[in-house]
Amino acid sequence: MEILYLLIPLSVVLIFLIVGIFLWAVKSGQFEDMEGPAHRILMDDDRPQSPPDE
Amino acid sequence: MEAQATYNYKVVRQFSIMTVVWGIVGMLVGVIIAAQLVWPDLTYGIPFLSYGRLRPLHTNAVIFAFGGSALFATSYYVVQRTCHTRLFSDGLAAFTFWGWQVVILLAAITLPLGITTSKEYAELEWPIDILITLVWVTYAVVFFGTIMKRKTTHIYVANWFFGAFILTVALLHVVNSAELPVSLFKSYSAYAGVQDAMVQWWYGHNAVGFFLTAGFLGMMYYFVPKQAGRPVYSYRLSVVHFWALIFTYMWAGPHHLHYTALPDWTQSIGMLFSLILLAPSWGGMINGIMTLSGAWHKLRTDPILKFLVTSLSFYGMSTFEGPMMAIKSVNALSHYTDWTVGHVHSGALGWVAMVSIGCMYYLIPRLFGRDQMYSIKLITAHFWIATIGVVLYIAAMWIAGVAEGLMWRAVNPDGTLTYSFAEAVKMTYPFLTIRLTGGLMFLSGMLIMAYNVFKTVSGAKAVNDAAIPAVAGAHA
Repeated sequence: MEILYLLIPLSVVLIFLIVGIFLWAVKSGQFEDMEGPAHRILMDDDRPQSPPDE
Repeated sequence: MEAQATYNYKVVRQFSIMTVVWGIVGMLVGVIIAAQLVWPDLTYGIPFLSYGRLRPLHTNAVIFAFGGSALFATSYYVVQRTCHTRLFSDGLAAFTFWGWQVVILLAAITLPLGITTSKEYAELEWPIDILITLVWVTYAVVFFGTIMKRKTTHIYVANWFFGAFILTVALLHVVNSAELPVSLFKSYSAYAGVQDAMVQWWYGHNAVGFFLTAGFLGMMYYFVPKQAGRPVYSYRLSVVHFWALIFTYMWAGPHHLHYTALPDWTQSIGMLFSLILLAPSWGGMINGIMTLSGAWHKLRTDPILKFLVTSLSFYGMSTFEGPMMAIKSVNALSHYTDWTVGHVHSGALGWVAMVSIGCMYYLIPRLFGRDQMYSIKLITAHFWIATIGVVLYIAAMWIAGVAEGLMWRAVNPDGTLTYSFAEAVKMTYPFLTIRLTGGLMFLSGMLIMAYNVFKTVSGAKAVNDAAIPAVAGAHA
């Protein structure tokens, strides 16, 4: 199973990368507000703004 | 020049329309091969219409053409709307659209001609693999470029799912498609034997996990709250869902290779990780469905919401069934039977297709300046015909699959097999017919959708790209 010498290190590198991104997200305050973002997408009115037929 | 003050809807429109088109093509090919199983001589032995060549065409068309177009459309829409900014580059976005269509076209030509690497879900030969890589890298540049120039500080959870899907698929594709070309249409895999099988299913199952799950969860986390008009049940849970899924997904693949030459311990790891996955999957499913709490009445009148919520129910069902089938003793019964085919379609039709269809019904009127689809009644009709179709399909495959498994393993007291293989094949005949009926119903639903979309779109002048609202300090 030599292939595992490729796949397992790949997973380990990936986990480190994910941990890195996760730490960045924590540090940069991505998780500070766990309520607002859910409401904010609803405030964005994406219905067509002007009647198209003129 | 108002170009910077609007969203890029053009590329979203293009991908949305192609989602419907490729959905019909891919499912039509599926219906044809389902009919071939009932009537084996259906296509008179014409080589390029044989089951072995059409089957990869079906899987490529529904996964990468239909599912892929839906993912491109929704991710480009969601990333722009939640980041309050136009796509990073219109030119590169246009390249991803045309590049992806060329990939699909090349697949539709080469696969029936028998030009294939024969690696499941990665059948396309090396020149097409290179084009896929180019398109995908461009996709990543456009998507992450847009995230980088966002006008909000927070990155909405749907974008995390889309981002993970884009990056992981890039990695999977590059590792799995490593191959040695010997001519323009022929290459050999860089790996051999069981090593190749391991890479193949590392790719194959993670493609299910990131292409067919993470990406579509991104859709779910944006379009379910938007259509329901309610915030997601727990935003915190959605973030936990994301990280739990990302940290635990990568090693479920070996469950496709139970009782093969793969070392036992690798198989057991695959089974273990598959079982762990039940937790984040159900967390996400419950989060999506509970978003409707307090608004259940909307389900009665809103067929788009019906599509979205039913898709979540199928997601819950198939993410329960999957880990169960990954248990070695269950797998001993289910492996190589039609049960597997039923499981895949409960995920593919019930979850992936239905959530995509729901999102398209939400998107298309908005992209073409209409208040709603041409006919809500036709959406309802589509919903019921599709749902009944899926249920017929998977129920037939369950019965056929379990019966096959039991007949194959049955032995007489003297140690000989109770049934010959052909007897098990004969037993499946009525169920294959029911499956064909289910598939035909699902395809008919898509045709209803195509008519509805055509009536919605034609006559309507495609709206100019929508203006980006002022940020209004809401994003401290």
